[in-house]
Order: sequence, then structure tokens, then C-alpha cells
Amino acid sequence: MPAPSGVVNAIYSTVIRRNFGFLGVIFLGAFATEIAFETTANSIWNSINRGRQWRDIKHRYMEQDE
Amino acid sequence: MPVVSLEYVFEMSSLRATRALGAAKSGATRTAQRNASSQSSSESAGSWKDTALLGSSTAFAIGSVSWYYYQFGRPAYAMTPQEEGLHPPKYPWEHEKLYKTFDHGTLRRGFQVYREVCSSCHSLSRIPYRTLVGNMMTVDEAKGLAEENEYDTEPNDEGEIEKRPGKLSDYIPNPYKNDEAARAANNGALPPDLSLMVKARHGGCNYIFSLLTGYPEEPPAGAVVASGLNFNPYFPGTGIAMSRVLYDGLVDYEDGTPATTSQMAKDAVEFLNWSAEPEMDDRKRMGWKVMAVGGVLFALSIWIKRYKWVNVKTRRLLYDPPTTGPNRPDNVTVGSAFRK
Repeated sequence: MPAPSGVVNAIYSTVIRRNFGFLGVIFLGAFATEIAFETTANSIWNSINRGRQWRDIKHRYMEQDE
Repeated sequence: MPVVSLEYVFEMSSLRATRALGAAKSGATRTAQRNASSQSSSESAGSWKDTALLGSSTAFAIGSVSWYYYQFGRPAYAMTPQEEGLHPPKYPWEHEKLYKTFDHGTLRRGFQVYREVCSSCHSLSRIPYRTLVGNMMTVDEAKGLAEENEYDTEPNDEGEIEKRPGKLSDYIPNPYKNDEAARAANNGALPPDLSLMVKARHGGCNYIFSLLTGYPEEPPAGAVVASGLNFNPYFPGTGIAMSRVLYDGLVDYEDGTPATTSQMAKDAVEFLNWSAEPEMDDRKRMGWKVMAVGGVLFALSIWIKRYKWVNVKTRRLLYDPPTTGPNRPDNVTVGSAFRK
């Protein structure tokens, strides 16, 4: 283990040292990763299939109803 | 610690390379020796008899294998090509690509074709109105469509079963009360349910599209068409009870698409594919996500394996033989004297 510099020391004392902080970071990171991945993957998918899905054509039929 | 192991890796890879080179060299000398010995023996015994024996036995082996294949190896067809039906050509369906969803505008047109043409004979009994919502219709459109039909209620206080207008949870009604009524109305032929038809027929979309568009103007000369049947080369047996139904301009599309025969057939086929696989869009989307995450995890697992094994893979065993005493290699005789 290299000698902890200022930044490493700060991270260690806030995140890793207490179990609550460590678990919190893991959970928050999992949620953030999940949301980021889903958003990116869905936007890529929707751009590949632009014009084919119901979300792209429903405005034609929704306007008639209102 | 990782730095040290990296150094090991580099050192070991260079060592391995030199070792491989040495192995190749010794292998080459060994083959050269073997060649020399075999040549010397064949020179003494070679004659035309050997050549003839070799040639005739080779010809016999090839002949017996091909005879066996001719007898038993060829594919067996239970049906004649006429009974099998013409195999449909393979069309480049856009929605069958791994990264493409259904074209939901096409689905809407296809459902219109089903409603106005197919539904007079064919049922679609596994599709409830609610599945149309968010796929090819708005809620209000689907509700309006459901209310056009009447369904049985639960028994009331007197045990009478009354009629009520349809709801979103109701299934699309069958054109006939039961199979017997369907047969009676169609000259003894039962129009099959179309819900799973794309999955149920060999050739799937290609077959149904070819069937719908493949009716010739007249049956070809020599074709036998039984009374009440129509000729279609793609239908197994070529005699089909359904006559040609799709003609240009049969349907008025609300989005202005020209209603040609092939356009209507294509829309109906894609709609039937949706009714057979309504989960396809979500399945493909989820599949790509699984591939992405799984790819990352797979790469990670390979890296971890190499990380854990690097100490084992780069280990070297050194043998330092004694230079003096009775155990010196020169003084020990093991096995044949030639091994020394």
C-alpha cells in the first residue's frame, strides 16, 4: 500500500473507513451505473429504430383524438 | 506487486520464444533423419506391384464409400416436390434483423388488412384488444373497436347470461361459433387461427407472403386442381381451399400508402409476426443489453484469470546436477546404453 496522499486519505476516511459510508457508495454507485447504462442503451436503441416504433408515430393518431 | 509480475511476463515471453525456436530446430533434424531412413528402405523393395496394390485398394475404398453413400447416405424425402410445395424465396425482412424492431406503422396497416379482409374467415383468438394499445392504436381507438362487439356477461341474479359491449380485456372474436360451423361455411375446409401462424408454418414470413401473392392467373398446364380448390404452388399439395383475396386497391390505407397486393401482403405478414411474437421488440432490446454487460464481465473474468495465474505460468524449474560424486549424470546408467 503506497503512502496515502491528501486525496487518497480523504477518500479513505470518508468512504472506506466506516461501513456505512462504504455500503452507501456501493449502493449509490450501483443505482447510478444502472440508470446511466439503461439510459444510454435505450437512446442508442431508439436512434437505430427511429421512425419504426410506436413512440415515433403515435403523435399522428393522438392529435386526431384531442 | 503488479509491476513485478509484468516484468516476469516480459522476461518469460522472450524466454519462451527462444525455447520454441530450439524445439523447431530439433524437430526439423528429426524429420530429416526419418525421411532418410524411409527412403533407403523403399528403394530396395519398390516395384510396380506395390503401386498397383496401393492404387487398387485406394480405388476400392473410394468406391465402397461412395456406393454406401449412394445407398444409405442421401437425404430421404417422404413427399414428392408437388406434395412438399414450392419453397418460398427468402425476402430481406427489415424486422427480422437482430437490431430492428417491428415497424409499428406497418403493424397498424397490417391489422387493418386483417380486420377488413382476413377476419371474415380467420380467427385471431389469442390477441386481446389491450395488446393493440401502445403498439398500433391509442387507448380510445382500441376501446371503440372493442365496443363494436358483444360478449357474454357473468350470470345475473336469475342466472341469465346477457350481452355487454366489449372491453379492452376481451379477445378478438372468432368469425364462426366453432370449428364445425367454420368447416360448414367453407366447403369442409377449416380456416386456421392466425395468432401463431408465422411460428406454425415452415418458412414463416416468407411462406405466408409467397402464399398470399403467389396465386397464378390460371393453373399451369397439366396441374390437377380438385373442385372447390385453388392452385397455389407454395401450398403443400398445391390445392388450397382459400382463393386469392388480395387485389390492388382492396383496402384504403389512412396514411396514404398505395394498397398494392404485395404491400398488403407484407403488412399483414408483419402484423401476423407481431401477433405470434409480441415480445420481439423487448426481447431484442434486452438481448443487446445482456450482450453488452456480459461482454464486459467476460473480458473482466479473462483478465482476473490471467492475473491470478501469472505466478504459476511464469514459474521456472531449474535442475542443478551434482558435478562430483557417484550421482553425477555421467556415472549413472539408466535403461539402454544407447541413451547415454
